Amino acid sequence: MGQQRITRAECAHVAALARLELTDEELERFTGQLDELLDHVAEVEALDVEGLSATMHPLAIANVLRPDVPGAVLDREEVLAAAPLVEDGQFRVPPVLGEAP
Amino acid sequence: MTAVEPMTAVEIAVAVKSGRRSARSVVDEHLSAIQAGDPEVHAFNLVAAAQARARADEIDAAVASGRDPGPMAGVPVALKDNLCTRGMATTCSSRILEGWVPPYDAAVVERLRDAGAVVVGKTNMDEFAMGSSTENSAFGPTRNPCDHSRVPGGSSGGSAAAVAAGFAPVGLGSDTGGSIRQPAALCGVVGVKPTYGLVSRYGLVAFASSLDQIGPFTTTVADSAAVLDVISGPDGRDSTSIGAPQPRVADTLDDGVEGLRIGVLAELSGDGVAPDVAARLRAAVGALESAGARVAEASVPAAVYGLSAYYLIAPAEASSNLARYDGVRYGLRVDASSTPGMNTATRSSGFGDEVKRRIMLGTYALSAGYYDAYYGKAQKVRTLIVNDFASVWEQFDLLVSPTSPTTAFPLGERTADPLAMYMSDVCTVPVNLTGQAAMSVPYGVGHDGLPVGVQILAPALGEPVMFRAAAVLEASL
Repeated sequence: MGQQRITRAECAHVAALARLELTDEELERFTGQLDELLDHVAEVEALDVEGLSATMHPLAIANVLRPDVPGAVLDREEVLAAAPLVEDGQFRVPPVLGEAP
Repeated sequence: MTAVEPMTAVEIAVAVKSGRRSARSVVDEHLSAIQAGDPEVHAFNLVAAAQARARADEIDAAVASGRDPGPMAGVPVALKDNLCTRGMATTCSSRILEGWVPPYDAAVVERLRDAGAVVVGKTNMDEFAMGSSTENSAFGPTRNPCDHSRVPGGSSGGSAAAVAAGFAPVGLGSDTGGSIRQPAALCGVVGVKPTYGLVSRYGLVAFASSLDQIGPFTTTVADSAAVLDVISGPDGRDSTSIGAPQPRVADTLDDGVEGLRIGVLAELSGDGVAPDVAARLRAAVGALESAGARVAEASVPAAVYGLSAYYLIAPAEASSNLARYDGVRYGLRVDASSTPGMNTATRSSGFGDEVKRRIMLGTYALSAGYYDAYYGKAQKVRTLIVNDFASVWEQFDLLVSPTSPTTAFPLGERTADPLAMYMSDVCTVPVNLTGQAAMSVPYGVGHDGLPVGVQILAPALGEPVMFRAAAVLEASL
């Protein structure tokens, strides 16, 4: 194994970006595991891919448009029934900016 | 293993349509087998006994009134728990979706039901299909029906085990890096990863959208062909669905392999493959040669980088796809005083370790400063693999390799070592990166008496030819 690829601080930063909160134990364990995984997958660094384009999708596909005709849609009540909290036909969430009093 | 009369899906459909068997009796038998055997195997997250019996009665009523209930008449089907089922909980074996009841059916579920199949339940899986052993389920592991101390493989381990145990003749799974083929091999059943775009992904909970594909588990090659013919085809609700209908696979199943050029994929069949698995592959190659195929060694040099490219691309796509589990619209919510706080509390509590690891790996690979080095590079390596396969298809009609480098490993053996677990997928991931078709066919057992699978690889939309070789292998046993 070469130099450390991901530090504990970077791991905490990545967790925050992904909206995950880790305990100290998780942070310690994940940093080690991610470091080992990154060290393995970094073998791709050595490959010469000069001039190759990126493959985003396995098959050559183009956007397909359907005719702009209204079709069946999901029932609103049925969809909202699966939500944790609903008010006036909408999803209810805590304050997006700031905190609840 | 079970008392269920081992009828295949094709046999059940014929018997039910002709009135020789009632769908109800077929379904009742399988529900009894589940009740007797599943407390130990734990293939199912949910058994929909009442719904299955009601559906079976509808099929019998159709037969009684002279209507054709379809090509899957009365066939019990076990669905991986990441396929949406209207009115039936769909959890992805995750706490974050526990108890969620989808408001719609996946396209494959509609097609199977329209063909007369009966959904008997939802099967266990690695959480959000991330894993190779079904041990990453929030609801406990599934055991391999062939040996209860072993894993069934994963991530579709529940569906593979359900078919192997005789709980249902048909299972559906999803395959992002081998999640149908590897458990099929470890449980001794047939498993198919169709060409990307052949089967609609509408209603499949997304893991890595450029890699995911739905396919069948069955005990026979003919059953997999019959199921694939039902579930494949264009669907306007999946923008990656292939627009043109494809030839039926079942029609050419018995055409043999005379004159076909079949390559043994060197990079996936050498180092790291257990000797007993390698021996079964050699036996399979012998059978194909005896049936008239011309076999030679084939080389896809870039395939050895498949695992590394996969473990950058799949987590990157997953980190984006799983952003939707935010506690707002469905599933778990852990309350907090702000929405960002609620999002974080919900995700931290609802996701298991492996899902967190992959989200973080993907987020890292996509983050500023690392994107080009990791994700961008992996996408170009993907091109390298696509190009290498393209050259090999100029010389060969099909390729073969082991499906898994080993037979089923003991429960708990690899859970603490993510890299060792990821290595289980080394033979299967290249095909997901290229979008090609591949399947695993059971081909005897290893020195431990556990099943060994042979993987057959075909170019995109090569299913008809791939199934011909599978049928030859099956008949040679």
